[in-house]
Amino acid sequence: MSMWIIHALNGISFGMLLFLLASGLTLILGLMSITNLSHGGYYLLGAYIGVTVMMRTGNFFLAMLVSGISIAIIGVLMERFFLRGLHLQPLPQVLLTIGFTFVFADIALMMWGGEARVIEKPAFLANPVFIGKIGFPSYRLFVILVGAAVGLLLWWLQERTRVGAMVRAAVNDEEIARGLGINVPLLFTLVFGLGAFLAGLCGVLGGPFIGVYPGADFEILLLTLIVIIVGGVGSLKGALMGSLLIGLIDNFGKVLFPELARFTIYAPMVIILALKPSGLFGSRN
Amino acid sequence: MRLSFRQALLFLVLAAVAVVYPFAVPSYYFTALLTQVLIFSIFTMSLNLLAGYTGLPSLGHSALFGGGAYAAALLAKYFSHSVWLGYGAGILAAGVLAALFALIALRTTQVYFLFITIALGQLIWAIVFGWRSFTGGDDGLPGIGNPFIWSTWKLSGGLTYYFFALGLFIIVAYITYRITTSPFGHVLVGIRENESRIRHLGYNVWLYKFTVFVLSGLLAGLGGVTWAYYNGFVSPRDTSFELSAEALLIVILGGRGTLFGPIVGTIIVVLIKNIVAAFTQRWLFVLGVAYILTIMYARTGIVGTLQARLKRRTTA
Repeated sequence: MSMWIIHALNGISFGMLLFLLASGLTLILGLMSITNLSHGGYYLLGAYIGVTVMMRTGNFFLAMLVSGISIAIIGVLMERFFLRGLHLQPLPQVLLTIGFTFVFADIALMMWGGEARVIEKPAFLANPVFIGKIGFPSYRLFVILVGAAVGLLLWWLQERTRVGAMVRAAVNDEEIARGLGINVPLLFTLVFGLGAFLAGLCGVLGGPFIGVYPGADFEILLLTLIVIIVGGVGSLKGALMGSLLIGLIDNFGKVLFPELARFTIYAPMVIILALKPSGLFGSRN
Repeated sequence: MRLSFRQALLFLVLAAVAVVYPFAVPSYYFTALLTQVLIFSIFTMSLNLLAGYTGLPSLGHSALFGGGAYAAALLAKYFSHSVWLGYGAGILAAGVLAALFALIALRTTQVYFLFITIALGQLIWAIVFGWRSFTGGDDGLPGIGNPFIWSTWKLSGGLTYYFFALGLFIIVAYITYRITTSPFGHVLVGIRENESRIRHLGYNVWLYKFTVFVLSGLLAGLGGVTWAYYNGFVSPRDTSFELSAEALLIVILGGRGTLFGPIVGTIIVVLIKNIVAAFTQRWLFVLGVAYILTIMYARTGIVGTLQARLKRRTTA
């Protein structure tokens, strides 16, 4: 019994990591109609930057911050100088950002080599937390907490702040929003930077239990895309539900059907899409 | 659009070069390179029907190419080495897969279409990669062997297979040409340009899209089987997302919705990959930069740009 609880916890924590990635990506896609497939590349590059910061300072939280900020800068530069000219052209956006993912992957290979790295978890999260007789891995609980906190923060930003209202206005009717004096391009750059920041941070957060290795970029990207497809584009709630679903399916799939582990993620997605093409919480437009 | 005199001349010259070239430059390496160009051109031409002419940019097309390759390889491993059965099975498998893909993917449009085709492609990749006992997993399936066209005529060696691939390439190019110049092809272009208008003219848009999806899958499967026999081996890479993306990039770089576009694009990308691999380990970087440069500066495609320039000159 306790085995199943641990598996469920692992699934939920992996789901929360996916949620942090998917929330950024789905906002960028839903708000700005930019299909950014560099998100996996952001994740991997963020993880490697985290490896270096950890080696120099040993401070996990500093690593998260430095990775997030570095990747946010890269993201903002990409948005300003490359993606802005491709407004509402999904196919060129997709291929451009795939190209960037290759470039990032090769830079990572050049600087950090091809062997897998691990980011050490912070010392105070090394021991399990006991609730009754069951020992819960405390790092997994920490990931769930971070995910929940960021989720709440994003929801609050979007629904309860002035900036969030401006973003929603710009999405609904960009022209009117501009007419009202809202600086839409700046707003979009901020949203893009936020999404990239979260992806970089996730690289460090995922490091202790996923590892850092070449190829993780596309693996994480595909899982994130599945989450968004299942949950529906542009919806934070959808991203959350999709993440938890995929996180749990992925974990239990690996335990129950090891040979078909990857298949167990894609199959439910195909079924959901066949029944509801815009995802569970997506609005059809 | 009928084949103009100039196009026909260009085609004849290209055909003559293709036949004479391997004799003029007797190098095993270049024959192999050209064979790869021919086989991948079959694949990119098939994608061009879908992404270029109809405006349905699939990012899972390698699953149809690789699906055909795996069908032929599995047949060879478990059942028979007959090349005819191999081609039959490969093309049929790719066609069936394409029909299934179309049933699901055509329910979506725009970004969703891109995502769902990625996912469908990955589904096939996951089966091929994960089902070790049947498909060999990440080791792939070796030992397919050179195909026998007849009991005594074996397609071994570089040059024989080159001409075999050239023959198939010409057939596929001709099929693409006939499809795109037919009334059916004109409706496809109409769907790409203005779908609701075509629908209001009374055409069953879904059926057109479905048909071209399956046709494109059949041709991709043909390319895949030819690739499997060429290598004597298939691997999950043949169904990978990277391969799908590369094919789509080639179609855009060469010029979507043009007859020669995918061929020109394939020549450029295959050559760049091989040349770069000879000089540096950083081919992934170069490939990424090629993607970025193509999108920033050659989005209309090489052939499309040339055609527009030619037209401007003749009308001026």
